[in-house]
Amino acid sequence: MGVPLLDMESISKAFPGVQALANVSFDVCPGEVHVLVGENGAGKSTLMKILSGVYGRDSGEIRLEGQPVRLANPRQAQELGVSIIYQEFNLLPHLSIAQNIFITREPRKFGRFFVDDTRLNAAAEQILSDLNLTMEPDELVARLTVAEQQMVEIAKALSFDAKILVMDEPTAALSETEINELFRVVRRLRDRGVGIIYISHRLQELKQIADRVTVLRDGTKVGTVRWEDITIDDLIRMMVGREVSDVFPERSTAPTEPLLTVRSLKREGVLHDISFTLHRGEVLGVSGLVGAGRTEMARAVFGADRPDAGEVRVNGEPVMIRNPGDAIDAGIAYLSEDRKRDGLALNLTLEENVVLASIPRFTDRLGLVQRRRAEERASELVESLRIKTPSMQQIVRYLSGGNQQKVVLAKWLCREAEIVIFDEPTRGIDVGAKREVYNLINQLSENGVGVIMISSELPEIIGMSDRVLVMRDGRLVGEFARQEASEEKIMYLATGGR
Amino acid sequence: MGEKTPQGTLKRGAGTLANRLSSARVFQQVAAFLSLILLVLFFSFASPHFFSVRNLVTIGLQTAVIGIMAMGVTYVIITAGIDLSIGSLLAVTGVVTALAIGAGAPIAIGVIAGAMSGLGIGLFNGFVVAFGKVPPFVVTLGMMMTGRGLALVLTDGRPLYFREVPEFRLLAQTRVFDTVPLPVVYLFVVAIIAGFILKRSAIGRYIYAVGSNEEAARLSGVNVTKIKLFVYSFSGFMTGLAGVILAARLNSAQPAAGQTYELDAIAAAVIGGTSLMGGEGTITGTMVGAFIMSVLRNGLNLMGVSQFWQQVIMGLVVIGAVFIDTLRKQREAKAT
Repeated sequence: MGVPLLDMESISKAFPGVQALANVSFDVCPGEVHVLVGENGAGKSTLMKILSGVYGRDSGEIRLEGQPVRLANPRQAQELGVSIIYQEFNLLPHLSIAQNIFITREPRKFGRFFVDDTRLNAAAEQILSDLNLTMEPDELVARLTVAEQQMVEIAKALSFDAKILVMDEPTAALSETEINELFRVVRRLRDRGVGIIYISHRLQELKQIADRVTVLRDGTKVGTVRWEDITIDDLIRMMVGREVSDVFPERSTAPTEPLLTVRSLKREGVLHDISFTLHRGEVLGVSGLVGAGRTEMARAVFGADRPDAGEVRVNGEPVMIRNPGDAIDAGIAYLSEDRKRDGLALNLTLEENVVLASIPRFTDRLGLVQRRRAEERASELVESLRIKTPSMQQIVRYLSGGNQQKVVLAKWLCREAEIVIFDEPTRGIDVGAKREVYNLINQLSENGVGVIMISSELPEIIGMSDRVLVMRDGRLVGEFARQEASEEKIMYLATGGR
Repeated sequence: MGEKTPQGTLKRGAGTLANRLSSARVFQQVAAFLSLILLVLFFSFASPHFFSVRNLVTIGLQTAVIGIMAMGVTYVIITAGIDLSIGSLLAVTGVVTALAIGAGAPIAIGVIAGAMSGLGIGLFNGFVVAFGKVPPFVVTLGMMMTGRGLALVLTDGRPLYFREVPEFRLLAQTRVFDTVPLPVVYLFVVAIIAGFILKRSAIGRYIYAVGSNEEAARLSGVNVTKIKLFVYSFSGFMTGLAGVILAARLNSAQPAAGQTYELDAIAAAVIGGTSLMGGEGTITGTMVGAFIMSVLRNGLNLMGVSQFWQQVIMGLVVIGAVFIDTLRKQREAKAT
């Protein structure tokens, strides 16, 4: 194949408490689509962040077209021809397509002061037509669909003469026709000699574009193989690869009567006919890829987004859930995925956060909060969850990330909800803290609470759940009892197999 | 520090005094309070007339109207909103009181009419903010213009005097023990009630929660709409009270009264540690902020500093107070 475009050799990187990458080597040839797969936390994004100059590396070497390079920052990487398109686009919605592509590099006229819009739009037009795209360069980015915005990101990367293009989960938010359009553009780039690194979980789709595939697991490389030489089943086995270890504590509960029944829950374009039952004392796992509609389902049940149709019963009684307040009154709690953004009031105190959802319980007839009782209850919870804090009056912003997570838990424990929905409860926390969360979930279910656990980590789903629901494209596509669930089966359904 | 268990977690019970003082929210109040004392000391030495009962009472009187308005707007700012309409509302509510009394209503009814007109317009502001999702800045900027216009329309641009009812002015001009004018008493009574609601009541907690993180508050079951309606109504109501007091003090309702008072009220809140980003602020802080402004103005007057220079200095004080607060927060963020 000649000299590879990119050669990353024995890259290692540690973060406090975690070896994110250990001796990982990775290369890309010109005119190749090299797919990078692995479970969450396997090290894919760390590797790409090192490539793009966001992180430094602890050891190892990076060569571009045979030349060793130092990549100190993203700008430098971009100038050397490495462009990354993240899942979250870096576009300015109020500017036009052309302005976005050439931001900070606009052609000027009359000296340096005025932007030459004619040349700007012509240059953008050139790039867009190279990609066979029919968008107008002066269209505002805010008016574009997600797929079109992605094309703008690609066009922007090309405007830097990108030799290597990294695409992170590019099809997550696209429809089938949009995916085909994307793949057409990807093949076009490949034919022009660009090396493409393509990160995806959607294994079924990859056969349309993949040349080689590299599998990462727990920060190490499992292997690199040619796509023709491997089956999807083998690939899944390489990704999963480990025994379900004993990180999951024993559970000794038997689910009993139905607690929460959801019938035909719909939200236009987001959720399609979702029906399921949660029992008292049960842990119901919800699996699926990013964008499969898991969080949306939880938010609809909790009243955070109003569904278009559907019926929710708690303990057999129909309940009308118009907003989170109604859901909380019905005994439902929801621990959101992004706890910092929508779980915590960061500049309030620990105590105020813990009792926030239960204020009515600590309020007397005059509407005054009985502070002593509130503070006592909060400090009981702080103690039992072992939240490290100098005082109950500590501002939550100044607690560590792990402790902040626990504050959100404490808020709902304080409320004593009957139904608790955990959305990615262990994302971004270390193994020890995970174990604490698992123990807590088990303890809740032993007390008769029904738990819905949304998670992208398959071992966690299988290790913790009594039953597993699998979602894809806003639909429930499968259900497994604990005994019959396996990572392979779940992954197969979640990635589009039937 | 509280008692500790071996794991280093806190045992049950409240933090000690030292602990509470070190908490960020208290710091700005203490700092503002110390600045107030320093100012008083400075002016006491700089001018022989400053530290006298007569002058201190004057300062109290000068603080009453702005102080009460500032407490109302503090509620709004803690929810991360703003209320620019209160200067105009001050005139509207005074005019409504004068019209009611002029039409033959008893004084009590006139006072209630004034306060309620403030509450009503505040409720309207809240309604547009909460349901219309129009930014508070725009809603209350519009109401600032509309309110001023209403005051002028209702009076034909001329002041209204309370000639038929000389007792009305007693509401502001009576002195308790022959020294303390009633508005100063109102100021402190209102401060105690407003502070108590904010600190102790459920609704007070929700006000902070909405300002700190609206989505988190909503997902915790807080009725965010209700809280917004409440704070804007409250701000209007407080302005109504202030409007009545001002009218009684001047023994007239002036359609041009209160111009730029909204900015003084906001400045008082901000000097007292209320964050325009929401989630932070106290009534004590706002009171101290209001007093810092009037002490400065009064002291500079006594020292013979011109009105023009006074404005220059007041502006710099507002910027300086917030700058110091920002510095402290940055240092704190780095320390943890």
